[in-house]
Parts: sequence; C-alpha cells; structure tokens
Amino acid sequence: MNKLLIALSLTCGLAQASWADGGMDILKSQCSSCHNLTGPAPQTLKEIWARKGPDLFYAGNRYRKEWLIQWLQNPTQIRPAGEFYEDHIKPGPKRDVVDPSTLKPHVALSKADAEAVADTLMTLKPKSDLIAKEKIDDGTVSLSMGEMAFDKFLGCMACHRIEPDYGGLSGPELYTAGKRLQPEYMASYIRSPQAWDPKIWMPNKHVSDGNIQKLVHYLEALSKEKENGK
Amino acid sequence: MGNKLIFLALFVLSLPAMARESAKDNYRTYCVQCHGMAGNGKGVNIRDMSVQPRDHTDAKAMSTRSDDTLFKVIKEGGLSIDKSVLMPPWGDTLSDDEIRDMAQYLRTLCKCKYGGS
Repeated sequence: MNKLLIALSLTCGLAQASWADGGMDILKSQCSSCHNLTGPAPQTLKEIWARKGPDLFYAGNRYRKEWLIQWLQNPTQIRPAGEFYEDHIKPGPKRDVVDPSTLKPHVALSKADAEAVADTLMTLKPKSDLIAKEKIDDGTVSLSMGEMAFDKFLGCMACHRIEPDYGGLSGPELYTAGKRLQPEYMASYIRSPQAWDPKIWMPNKHVSDGNIQKLVHYLEALSKEKENGK
Repeated sequence: MGNKLIFLALFVLSLPAMARESAKDNYRTYCVQCHGMAGNGKGVNIRDMSVQPRDHTDAKAMSTRSDDTLFKVIKEGGLSIDKSVLMPPWGDTLSDDEIRDMAQYLRTLCKCKYGGS
C-alpha cells in the first residue's frame, strides 16, 4: 500500500513538473519575443521603447492566477495605446489619437496551455521583498469616495481609464485592475512605480499610506461593477 | 593603491544611477502623453481632463515662467506652483540634470525666454 502511495506521488510529482515545464516551453516559444521572462526591467529609454508587452519576469508577484487563465484564452486590449504608447498614437484634428492599425491582437491559448502558462508564471516571484512590505487592511471605500481620490485629489485619471470610455489612454485600463492584479502589488506599484520599472512613464506621486489603501480598495470595488466585468 | 582603485571603481559602478537621457527622448517618453506629439498641449490623454495641459509652443504663456519655476513644476508637480494635480511630479523619474535639460528643451519648443518672447 505504501509502495502504491509512493508510486502515485512520484507520478503526480512528475506530472506536475512536466506541466510547469510545459508552461515555460510555451512561454519561451510563443511569448518571449514580446515579453521579458528573465529581467531586469528596462534601464534605458531605448530599452523601454523596444518593449512590446508587459514584463513577465515578476508575474507571480503581479497577477491573479485565475485571471491569467481566463485572459490567456480570451485576451483583450488592456493598454488602450499599447506599448510603447508613443509608437501607437498619431496627431488628430483635436488631439493626438490612438492609431488602432498599429495594435496587434494578443495570441489566444487553449485552456490547457493557459493553465500551464499561468502555473509557470505564478512561480516567477523575484520581487517578493517589495510585496512583503505591503499590508492591505480590511477596510472598504465607497465608489464615490474612491473616485474622488482617484480623479480629483491624485489625478490618476489623466492616464488611466476607470470605465470603458472615461479617462486617459497611455496607461493600462484600471477598471479591471482588481481582477487582474494582486492587491499588494497594486499598493507597491502605486508607492513606487520606479521600484518595479525604473523607466516607466508613470510618475511616483508620493501617495500617502492612507490613500494607497483607499486606491487599492477602490480598484477592487471598481472591478466588481457589472459594466466593468471582463 | 591598486586595490583601493578597483574597490572604488566597483563601488561607483554598483551605484543605481541611470544614464542621463536627452531631453528630447525624455519628452517623448514622459511628456507627450499629455502635452502632445507636437508639444501643443493636445496629448492623447486630454479628452476627459478638467484642466488642459500647457501648450509648450505658446511663447506668450511660457515666457511668464522662469527656468526655476519650470524646474520646480517638473520635479515637484503642478500643486507645487498652485497649478493642477494632473501635472505630476517627475522627481523620482528624472535626475536634476535631466530636469534642467528639460527646462531648456521647453525653451526651444516655445522659442521664448523668461520675461519676453
């Protein structure tokens, strides 16, 4: 009986290992031309201009696994102006506009591949020290108070959308952030975008601890709104 | 002596300082999103903003801002000179040298000097 259990656990262990390795195989063959899987983040403007998709080398510190599995099967545009945003805009009659002809759709994976890739991505956690510094309290914030902080006091709407057709375009949409991102990652990134991505075009606004909590609660509440469901 | 030099060189090389980027490249990366590809305040983000970004080609308006004021507003953000919160502080993104370069670059966009165009 014991031998059977050992054999079973060995088999399961091997299956688990090959599953994870399969995820890395897919990442290396299908994803690495646009995504950085090994780090470090871009250290110069030329490097960040060349980036075609988000860095994935700290994906396990960043994403929610259940969201990754769903999104990889049915990808949608998260950054309205793509990456690098300036390569995807053009002058318009009233203001610069996104040039959709320059944006390419993201490859879609099968359920099995999405699960394997998500499984591997969640093991990539080189920045756990930054995550460990954040603690999200149990509080909540009303959508109206959260929006007040986001829009009026902190000005985040300048670059981010908080509903499908409201807000700026050069940053990722944030009405889905609570579904996509781990709360401690959101807090850490708001505290210092440069600690994650030194050349990113999101500034450090020196947001207070209290407002960081408020923003994370707001983004989580926002992603639960029906019209923002994706 | 040799060892000390090597130690010093290693220490300097290990500092996290970023290379000094040109003002034109920094403008393209950080400013264009709101101030526009042409520097005219018509960036891709502006549609829903309650306060519109400064037109950097507006010589009349830009000549009312001293170089010190330009430095301050870039480094510390709009609120530091009683302007909009929508202009963020770039002090954690750009070095002081890069901010000074940027202030001079803005003068080339407006083709103006402080106190007169």
